[in-house]
Amino acid sequence: MKYVIIGNSAAGVSAVEGIRSADAAGEIVVISEERFPVYGRPLISYYLLGATDRSRMNYRPEDFYEKMGVRLMLGERAERIDVSAKEVVLKSGARVGYDKLLVATGSRPFDPPMEGLGEVKQKFHFMSMQDALDLEKALSVRKRALIVGAGLIGLKCLEGILGRVKSVTVVDMAGHILPSILDDAGAAIVQRELEAKGVRFCLSDSVKKFEQGTAHLAGGGSIPFDLLVVAVGVRPNVELVREAGGEVARGIVTDDHLRTSLPDVFAAGDCTESDDVSSGARKILALLPNATQQGFAAGVNMAGGDSAFGSAIPLNAIGFFGSHVLTAGSYTGESYTEADGDRYRRFFVQDGVLKGFILVNAPERAGIYTSLVRNRTPLAGLDTARLEAAPVLAAFPASVREAMLSREV
Amino acid sequence: MKRIYVNEKWCLGCHLCEYECAFANSGLDDIVKALKGKPVYPRVTVEDCGEVHFAVNCRHCSDAVCVRSCISGALSKGDDGVVRIDREKCVGCLTCVLVCPYGAVMPAPDGHAAMKCQLCTDNGFGEPNCVKHCPNNAIVFEERAEVRA
Repeated sequence: MKYVIIGNSAAGVSAVEGIRSADAAGEIVVISEERFPVYGRPLISYYLLGATDRSRMNYRPEDFYEKMGVRLMLGERAERIDVSAKEVVLKSGARVGYDKLLVATGSRPFDPPMEGLGEVKQKFHFMSMQDALDLEKALSVRKRALIVGAGLIGLKCLEGILGRVKSVTVVDMAGHILPSILDDAGAAIVQRELEAKGVRFCLSDSVKKFEQGTAHLAGGGSIPFDLLVVAVGVRPNVELVREAGGEVARGIVTDDHLRTSLPDVFAAGDCTESDDVSSGARKILALLPNATQQGFAAGVNMAGGDSAFGSAIPLNAIGFFGSHVLTAGSYTGESYTEADGDRYRRFFVQDGVLKGFILVNAPERAGIYTSLVRNRTPLAGLDTARLEAAPVLAAFPASVREAMLSREV
Repeated sequence: MKRIYVNEKWCLGCHLCEYECAFANSGLDDIVKALKGKPVYPRVTVEDCGEVHFAVNCRHCSDAVCVRSCISGALSKGDDGVVRIDREKCVGCLTCVLVCPYGAVMPAPDGHAAMKCQLCTDNGFGEPNCVKHCPNNAIVFEERAEVRA
């Protein structure tokens, strides 16, 4: 059996592990456009911050590929899938045959239409190790940075560079920062903390035009800058599957066994859609924990096993300079809020289950809440007064707790 | 593998396991020097709920969601089944805290990493110090794989 994996990040590497859990002998080829062995992609901001370094960013031990018997093809771009010949066509023209193929191509940053963007010389994205290295070369305490996008990527980039540039201004069309994961009140706390560090935010605003080192905003202001980071969003890399005739909606469509509509072609990670069990909606959940679980299940299935992955939910752990924001699930239904200074907790309950939550600077034991969301545990059987106060296993009936703590799990 | 299991009926709620855990992981050889007058950061948590008390340790799950969710590769499951965290690789994002269904991974006191029970395989004590000092056998360290079947 010959397995080919396009993509060498969390999903691809997890697929290698999934394959090897079921097939010790098959040939595995990993094709990656990136020139690095697998690294923790979300660590690039910690790298610029100085909280980690290249040697500690390896997501798997150095001997991983050798031990797993993987032939690694770095710096090779997959251009096309020839489904009838069962071959991946590389940019170099070479063809790599497969019996089972995994597409784990991730996503790429996109630039919104902004006049003059093409003429900005010091323009960066913040998605990959190479992006971080390129940005690092441009950093200087004499330079003013402008970040377009106050989402997860833009603000982690901000944390990484704030101490290495003269100033940072962040522009976002949304009315509050981290709009995909926070509400107004939670965002206000984080914004206050970042402003105290000297960050300037221009919210409910956008760049109308770039002109010789100045960003002119739709709201009338103008921001002089030396380097620009564009972090407004990402697009899934779906083209390989789409052009081969496979089903693609917003992301690559798979079943719960990660099979695409193409024979013997699987997909996992940020290029795919998942069923969000907290909302019931199908969406792209571009999150590392989702990618690894999909990737592992895909690998098992490629090797002839039977592994369904059906418990995806939105999950985010993000923080800045010591603060912590943990969120999960969907923000629907009735909400219960508790605010105390920089500590903020909000829970969303609908149809008798915890749908989602926001925890700002209250991280302790949050996973107990997350598992309620993921498992859609009926709250009726739990001591909800205790759960509102703190995430505790004491809120569960003794029999459930016994299964958790007195048996192998 | 041998894991720590709870018998909550026997737990007195004395919290001694928390102190013994903090001591075992303090790097010091004297419990008084390690704990006296200092904040205690154990990796085991005793919950008190009226008359019911019980200790919660890492379960060393067969398919550990913390390992699968770790963004840095700092968490791993060894061949011996122990889920370990490499503090040098950990960046303290707390994704593991967000996903552990038992609330058994916690922020380390220095704020730069997470920490968790590693069954005292990482501190020279060799076997769980919390279990060794539990006065009423409310936590035990044993093989229970047969219960699964």
